[in-house]
Amino acid sequence: MQVQSMHFKQTASTKLNDAVLQTALKKSKGKFVDGRALGVAQIDNWEDIRTYAAAMRDRVIDGLDAYLLEFERNAIRRGAEVHWAETAEEANAIVLGIAQRNGVKTITKSKSMVTEEIALNDALIGAGIRVMETDLGEYILQLAGEPPSHIVAPAVHKSKEQVAELFMKAHHKPRLTEIPAMTREAREQLRSHFLGADMGISGANFVIAETGTTLTVTNEGNADLVTTLPRIHCVVTGIEKVIPTLEDFATLIRLLPRSAIGQSIANYLTLTTGVKAAGESDGPEQMHIVLVDAGRTKLVGSDMKDMLRCIRCGACMNHCPVYQNVGGHAYGWVYPGPMGSVLTPTYVGIENAGDLPNAATFCGECQVVCPVKIPLPDLMRKWRERQFDMKLRPMGERAAIAFWGFFVKRPAVYAIATRIAARIAAMMGGREKLIHSLPGIDGWTQGRDMPAPEGKTFRELHAARLASQKAKT
Amino acid sequence: MSARENILARIRSQTGKAGVTSDAELSLVQAHISGHERGPVPTFAMHDPVQHFVEECARLTTTISEVGDVCAAPLEVARYIYSASLQPRCVGWPEFAALDWQAAGIQYDSRPATGDDLIGITGCFCAIGETGTLLLLGAPTTPKSTALLPETHICIVSKSRMVPTMEDAFQLMRREIGEPPRATFFVSGPSRTADIEQTIVIGAHGPYRVHVVLIP
Repeated sequence: MQVQSMHFKQTASTKLNDAVLQTALKKSKGKFVDGRALGVAQIDNWEDIRTYAAAMRDRVIDGLDAYLLEFERNAIRRGAEVHWAETAEEANAIVLGIAQRNGVKTITKSKSMVTEEIALNDALIGAGIRVMETDLGEYILQLAGEPPSHIVAPAVHKSKEQVAELFMKAHHKPRLTEIPAMTREAREQLRSHFLGADMGISGANFVIAETGTTLTVTNEGNADLVTTLPRIHCVVTGIEKVIPTLEDFATLIRLLPRSAIGQSIANYLTLTTGVKAAGESDGPEQMHIVLVDAGRTKLVGSDMKDMLRCIRCGACMNHCPVYQNVGGHAYGWVYPGPMGSVLTPTYVGIENAGDLPNAATFCGECQVVCPVKIPLPDLMRKWRERQFDMKLRPMGERAAIAFWGFFVKRPAVYAIATRIAARIAAMMGGREKLIHSLPGIDGWTQGRDMPAPEGKTFRELHAARLASQKAKT
Repeated sequence: MSARENILARIRSQTGKAGVTSDAELSLVQAHISGHERGPVPTFAMHDPVQHFVEECARLTTTISEVGDVCAAPLEVARYIYSASLQPRCVGWPEFAALDWQAAGIQYDSRPATGDDLIGITGCFCAIGETGTLLLLGAPTTPKSTALLPETHICIVSKSRMVPTMEDAFQLMRREIGEPPRATFFVSGPSRTADIEQTIVIGAHGPYRVHVVLIP
């Protein structure tokens, strides 16, 4: 996917004024946030499960080479072919190669964020192969020619009227008004593609080292058809998705659907291991697994390695006040919200995604709801520090931070300066004790007044209080 | 060097390890895996799995009925089919082909489902109380597509094959089958989507209805 993250500020302002999007965001916010709260409340030891899962993910990331090798060994033993790709281009070339070697003309695809990252559809369609997205949300977006705006609910920004319009044009049928009828029509349209495709491409929520298994977690059943019916199944996934055992999957599945939308379990968990056995009527004859790096090894062992624990539930964005107001497209790449603000600079370069780590209020809710306890605000702060060191922020901002830094590193000077500033600000407030405009940061006072301080600093008041207490005793 | 070697080398250098992954490191990973350590399980999941299964099915909109003997299953299936206004033509797994479907007025084709079949009848390897989940293990006589392609999935489940948690299901699978087969398929209710305006619609690409017939 083409990176647009450098335009965050302009896009975010546009999105704030997009009435359809604002309605969609308000509607979905309640469902995601309240849904998760209810789902989590069912479990009496949620914190224990989170802690266990975080430690398990850390164990894998710390020994990632050995876990990947163990996964590879078992996957090959069961009849799969394992491919490794360092970059997006390599991954696309591998998948295209598999398709071309096997004379593949049609592909059904289930939702995969890694394939969005590497823009796999463009590579396949460019080579003359027909690719159908089969997740309802992804199918809608394929018709609209848009990227997903959410990692779990890709078309969350679309209204049903917009979907009705797209379906009417694409299906050459009367316009529908009800959501169940639209869902039914999409099912009917996609059925023949499921049954006729030469190759199925899926992502993997996890891959299991113990058994060489790849797996998908879905509600619609599309990933299950995509991985079962075509003669070739190709999995494209990130190298960090490996987990040790089937038991570890059981732990993670208690966290993932609950964190995503509050479901106790997703409708379908499809674990695929190897190829069709003799006598089986369904299942692929070839199974390919493409393990993609595309920036992930940069995080391994780094001060941002906690990010590799991520299980892609979307809870951090659902609970983020910035995401809730601007939606996913404003972030300009595949991953929106707090997890995207950490990942995007890593994968596409901080020089292209500078606004993202700054698009946070640091309210901390993302960290609170993260099922694997990723300290997202800390990681975003690390990007801010790095940007400052690399002189990537605007001159004015850097100067302001340097100016501030000068004072806070010198407590005595800071005390004098703040005393003067507090008195000036008190005077500016006048009788109403409200400041209507602040020189240099008038954007802040455009829509509100700043309450003026009383004239003394905290440290002055504290010292006075200590002195009066001492005088009493 | 290949992409594989480059990726593995980068992981090692980033984690401060020298050379290539050693046999000792691999053995440690294998030893950890073979411990099959279980994580914390919610307290409620440890209660009677059958009772919990029934409760969870209600939440998932899976319907349930119970018969005293597997021989009574065809009549119960017929009752369900007529109550849902469906046609009495089914495809199903061979393990139930010997039951007297004809007497129940049902045409039972013992073969895997195609895209045109409307009712699929399967059994399951076991069922999980914690989440109301059916575990189907694919094999020539137990094709997954029969549970996935038709609009209605009817599953005949023995109460003796009910386990509390997914961990217990994996343990049972290891004991009786060994490794997971190619298609290891967990089904929890009919397919659904909320991709348009986050409005839940039952019946996306998989079945619209899942009906469980409990047998002893």
